[in-house]
Amino acid sequence: MEIGIAHYLGVAAILFTIGIFGIFLNRKNVIVILMSIELLLLAVNINLVAFSYFMQDLVGQIFALLVLTVAAAEAAIGLAIVVVYFRNRGSIAVEDINMMKG
Amino acid sequence: MVLQALFFYLFAALAVASAFMVIASRNPVHSVLFLILCFFNAAGLFVLIGAEYLAMLLVVVYVGAVMVLFLFVVMMLDVDFAEMRQGFLQYLPIGALIGAILLAELLMVVSGWYIAPGLLGEGSAPIPPVEQTQNIAAIGELLYTRYIYWFQIAGLVLLVAMIGAIVLTLRHKPGVRRQNISEQVARRPETSIEVVKVESGKGL
Repeated sequence: MEIGIAHYLGVAAILFTIGIFGIFLNRKNVIVILMSIELLLLAVNINLVAFSYFMQDLVGQIFALLVLTVAAAEAAIGLAIVVVYFRNRGSIAVEDINMMKG
Repeated sequence: MVLQALFFYLFAALAVASAFMVIASRNPVHSVLFLILCFFNAAGLFVLIGAEYLAMLLVVVYVGAVMVLFLFVVMMLDVDFAEMRQGFLQYLPIGALIGAILLAELLMVVSGWYIAPGLLGEGSAPIPPVEQTQNIAAIGELLYTRYIYWFQIAGLVLLVAMIGAIVLTLRHKPGVRRQNISEQVARRPETSIEVVKVESGKGL
C-alpha cells in the first residue's frame, strides 16, 4: 500500500474542514476560534510539506517555515488582544464583541 | 513500506481525532491539550516524509511556546466556561452543512492528484539525497542564501508581534510608586528642604 500525495492532501483537507467547522461551532469562545485558526494553518503546512516531498523541491519547506513564523506572531497578538479585551469588558464571548456595531 | 503506511494511518487518525476533540471538548484546557496532541501527530507525519527540521520546529516552537501561551491565557482568564457552551448546538446544522460541502469539494480536488513524472526533481531547489546532506543543512543552505530577505522579514514580523503584544498588555496601574531617575538626579536642596519658622510654644 503506497502512501501517495493524495493521502497527505486528504489528511490536510480533513484538518482544514475541522478548523472551519470549529469557527462556526464555537460562537462564544474566542480562544477556541484562535485554536481553530491554528488548525487551519497546520493543514496548510501539511500541504506545503507534502508537495515539497513529493515534488522533491525544498522551497515548500522554506515556505512552511515562514507560515509557521506568521502563525506564531498571529497567536501572540491574538492572545494579547483577548487578554486586553477581557480586562476591559470581563468577557470573551464573541457575541459581546460589538463595540464597533459591525 | 508497510510499516510506513501503518504509521501514516496511525498519525493521521490521531491527528484528525484530536483536532475534532479540540473543537468539541467542553473545557478549553482540554482543547489546548488536544491541540498539542494534534501537533505532535502532525510532526510525526512530517518525519515520515523526511521534513525532520520542520517536525522539530513544530514540537519545539509550537508546542513549547505557542501552546503554552494558550494554556497560560486560558488558565489566567477567569471565565465561566460552562456558561459559554450555551447555544453550542445552535450553529451545528449550518456548520455541519458548510463543513460537509467544503470537505467534499476538497477531497474531490485532492483525490485525483498525481504529479507528472517529468516534473519530479525539476523544481528550483531539488532536495539533495539524504546520504549527502541532512534536511536541516539543506534548508539552511537555501534559507541563508536565496531566501535571506524572507528570513529577515520573518524576523521583523516576530519583532513587531513581540512589541505589539507588550504594548497591548502593558498597563500602568495608578497608585504604584515608581522610580523616576531624572527627578531624583535633578533634586536640589531648595526643592527638597523647607525651612519653617516655628513660634516657640506653638508647634507646627
